[in-house]
Amino acid sequence: MQLIYEQSVPGRRGIRLPASDVPVAADLPKNLIRSEAACLAEVSELDLVRHFTNLSRRNFSVDTNFYPLGSCTMKYNAKVLENSAALFAPFHPMTALLPSGEAFCQGTLGMLYELGQLLADITGMDEVTTQPLAGAHGEMTGILLISAYHKAKGNKKKYVVVPDSSHGTNPASAAIAGYEIITVPTASYGDMDLDLFRQAMNDEVAAVMMTCPNTLGLFNPHIKEISDIAHSHDALMYYDGANLNAIMGKVKPGDVGFDVIHLNLHKTFGTPHGGGGPGSGPVGVKKTLIPFLPQPRIVMDDDGQFLLETVKTGTIGRTANFFGNFGVMAKAYAYIIMLGREGLIQVSEQAVLNANYIKEKLKDYYDLPYDMTCMHECVFSASRQLEHGVHAIDIAKFLIDRGYHPPTVYFPMIVKEAIMIEPTETESKATMDAFIEVMIEAAKTAESNPQALHEAPLTTPVGRLDETKAAREQNVCWIG
Amino acid sequence: MVEMYFTKEHEWIKVEGATGKVGISDHAAHELGDITFVELPKLGKKVKQFEVLAAIESVKAASDIYSPVSGKVLTVNAKLDTTPEVVNESAEEMAWMVELEIVDVSELSMLMTRQQYDEYLKTL
Amino acid sequence: MNESHYCPHTPQEIDEMLSAIGVESVEELFSAIPAELRAKAFNIPPGMSEFEAFDRMKAIAGENNSEMLNFIGGGFYDHIIPAAVDHLSGRAEFYTAYTPYQPECSQGTLQALFEYQTAICRLTGLDVSNASLYDGGTACAEAAMMALRVTGRNKIIIDGCVNPFSRQVLKTYLFNLDVDVVEIPPVDGLLNRDELSKLLDESVAAVLVQNPNFFGCVDDFSELAKQVHAKDALLISSVYPISLGILKSPGEMGVDIAVGDGQSLGNPLSFGGPSFGFIAAKKTFIRNMPGRIIGETVDNQARRGFVLTLQAREQHIKRHKATSNICSNQGLCALRGLIFLSAVGKAGLAEMAVLNRDKAEYAKAQLAAIPGVTVLQTAPTFNEFTVFLPKAADLVVAELLKQNIAAGVPLGQYYEGSENCMVVTVTEKRSKKEIDTFVKMLEVELCN
Repeated sequence: MQLIYEQSVPGRRGIRLPASDVPVAADLPKNLIRSEAACLAEVSELDLVRHFTNLSRRNFSVDTNFYPLGSCTMKYNAKVLENSAALFAPFHPMTALLPSGEAFCQGTLGMLYELGQLLADITGMDEVTTQPLAGAHGEMTGILLISAYHKAKGNKKKYVVVPDSSHGTNPASAAIAGYEIITVPTASYGDMDLDLFRQAMNDEVAAVMMTCPNTLGLFNPHIKEISDIAHSHDALMYYDGANLNAIMGKVKPGDVGFDVIHLNLHKTFGTPHGGGGPGSGPVGVKKTLIPFLPQPRIVMDDDGQFLLETVKTGTIGRTANFFGNFGVMAKAYAYIIMLGREGLIQVSEQAVLNANYIKEKLKDYYDLPYDMTCMHECVFSASRQLEHGVHAIDIAKFLIDRGYHPPTVYFPMIVKEAIMIEPTETESKATMDAFIEVMIEAAKTAESNPQALHEAPLTTPVGRLDETKAAREQNVCWIG
Repeated sequence: MVEMYFTKEHEWIKVEGATGKVGISDHAAHELGDITFVELPKLGKKVKQFEVLAAIESVKAASDIYSPVSGKVLTVNAKLDTTPEVVNESAEEMAWMVELEIVDVSELSMLMTRQQYDEYLKTL
Repeated sequence: MNESHYCPHTPQEIDEMLSAIGVESVEELFSAIPAELRAKAFNIPPGMSEFEAFDRMKAIAGENNSEMLNFIGGGFYDHIIPAAVDHLSGRAEFYTAYTPYQPECSQGTLQALFEYQTAICRLTGLDVSNASLYDGGTACAEAAMMALRVTGRNKIIIDGCVNPFSRQVLKTYLFNLDVDVVEIPPVDGLLNRDELSKLLDESVAAVLVQNPNFFGCVDDFSELAKQVHAKDALLISSVYPISLGILKSPGEMGVDIAVGDGQSLGNPLSFGGPSFGFIAAKKTFIRNMPGRIIGETVDNQARRGFVLTLQAREQHIKRHKATSNICSNQGLCALRGLIFLSAVGKAGLAEMAVLNRDKAEYAKAQLAAIPGVTVLQTAPTFNEFTVFLPKAADLVVAELLKQNIAAGVPLGQYYEGSENCMVVTVTEKRSKKEIDTFVKMLEVELCN
């Protein structure tokens, strides 16, 4: 399919701009002007529409395909959420930052305040900042808050502890924030090894980052013990909220010892993934960390007016220019008020039910490294198929030919040939049964005709791509 | 007289007198997959035994390369900048990465011979 | 009873599934969680239908002032958005997809982001771009961190004319790192080049500037680039994409890394987000770029295709040694940016930039004609400029807000001694009539 630049014809226009109703200004000095106009596309609106419409049809998406991508929570995105966010398109964020500007933004400021309170209740925290723009951004913010806490106390801290099953963003965020990483192995029972953790802990550890349930989809029953050990060294407990979909209404991270959490609104709270964003990563904290929160902070005065509070000291500063990804948060807010208490509880219950159903149905065909009740996702290994020369990636490509977006493969890294399946609560039994059938077929084909799996996919616009060529040649901009 | 030694992390060193050329083993190259980039150290850099000397990337993985001995970087194999695929083609011959001035030959006793390395690979 | 119709199972289906699993109830699936860890209370209000939820959202939006006439910027701008942008980015195949980890079924997203990267390279005049960052402020921080990695040094010099929020974000990113950040106060609304010359030495990793800057002034950093390079440091410029319709590109100036906020490209104001940040650099820095990068390649039948590439830089492979911790980009917002740039097109962006400047120059002349009001800087401007008022800008702006006019951004809280100054922004959306009304109302307010 052609690039939009390959369809461009010099002089072709896509839109007509309003005519000017003011005098022509004097020219800028020559040394400030670009020598040539930027070579952007030159297409008609019809060309534009055909191009992007046809491009979109080359994608799998939740609205077109079952998308059991483990760790990503690809649940259905309710359409009313889109309509809700659109209501806020015209509001300029700078208005709220003008003198007495808050008075004209009581709706949006109030919504952010209330969303913060709802998320605080769901997670058992004392206050939530909505400013971080994505999950990993929230992680970095959380670690910076922890470092501010230690600085204020005069603690000398060097390390952050993570289990080896953690998502890559955990150690990356801690490193970006200036810490060295200590990795603790996962025990055979599927959780961070408690004894090795105890040994690894020391007074120079600033924080322990955990996902709960973990990336194997297992809930660690020793979590309170882990947090007690951490706190005894004045290390704070950080909760990666990526897997919150499993425990809403059942467990609150704040109750089991976590001091800082981040949420992924684009996972748990039903906002669309956008082909890789935008997300939103609000961060919740316990009281002791409130003085360090990024600013401005949204507060409510005695008359119920929402105001922006900025301070000169204590705060870690700003993690984003304004208040966070408001458009994403409007969708999450609408989702929470629409589902309500019982709806959110049901989300977690049915997410866990669905994952366990798939686990039971596939465990005779794929190796299950941890054969126990899982939570909202289950992790298989393609090691049995490997005996026939078939890797997890081959199973994935076979699924694509059958119209399924593959589960996550090769994560977590501690499971060889990992296949992580997260159906989410919005999928029907019929959809899951059909998926199970195809997974079983893939397992059987791995034994009878492995070559067929190596050749997949055959039904997509392109087959397997030469990633080595891409990395070696680095063509990231069309020269044409 | 060239002597070849291996490390547990799959590096090798071909020692010739007071200098040695360092690379990664065929096994390591195979595990990494198609190599896309080799990050070579600056000339004159000093390293201690088993410290990070260089880095290597493939499409799906990134790995540090640890120095088999303490020493100083004398030369690097610039060919790997433009043709990293040489590592896949000839990891133990053409794809030497760094030439080191060896400061303490007794450190070689911490390394494995070819035979010992092949035995070690069987245990993995 | 189904609380949420988004959970589709009938009671019978639930029974079938429970029996397949071998448990009596859904609660049994949570038995691994010790009783003492279970939540004691869950105080979320009861749910409602989508119709009631939407009514509530409408009521919330209604509590904001929607009549406000915008003459403010501060990093986010009130620009036109062609209808096609909403419709095309609203296609479910784009917005309900995720990161294109499986390229064969994600060529839509991948090709679009490749076209986006190409557009950013052409706009900035640089060689390589990534598939977007979170926003303009974090893009400045990521560029600074990139320069620290590339040079191995630990000092960043920032021109005080750079957006104060972006400067704060950059400092927050470096909060716990051993990095020196030096800010140079502006002189006459421009970079203090004398002060910079004194500070520029071999300990500096990068110098960060902005064009047009926070005051609206346009500058040429070509000489500065040479000066910075003589010390083996990098020059980073934060740029306003619409202005690149006519302004000299960072590439032409010799800038090493260009960053900016893409909100003005087809993304609504939406009370501050979502938006996207862009970053482009000289080819030699590609391995140090943060974030996702899309590369061109071929498949097993020599058909052209696109993939995520150079992934070895990223967190899911390099973990704590990654070039950044970034995972998601702002895919859909970058897509909107691409569609916008493709709709407006080569000639259209230039025309739009001229329109912005003409409108701003007109407003500038009208405001300067008000007794007591002066345009503060002599430097050329694009669509923003700074005025000096005979009264405290805070009071004037507060009063005009009550009359549905966001008159400008008062500078007092960002720059000491600037209490009487404010930055006025005029985009192509402001008609002559609106500008005249604004000028008249300001005049009346200043007489009071």
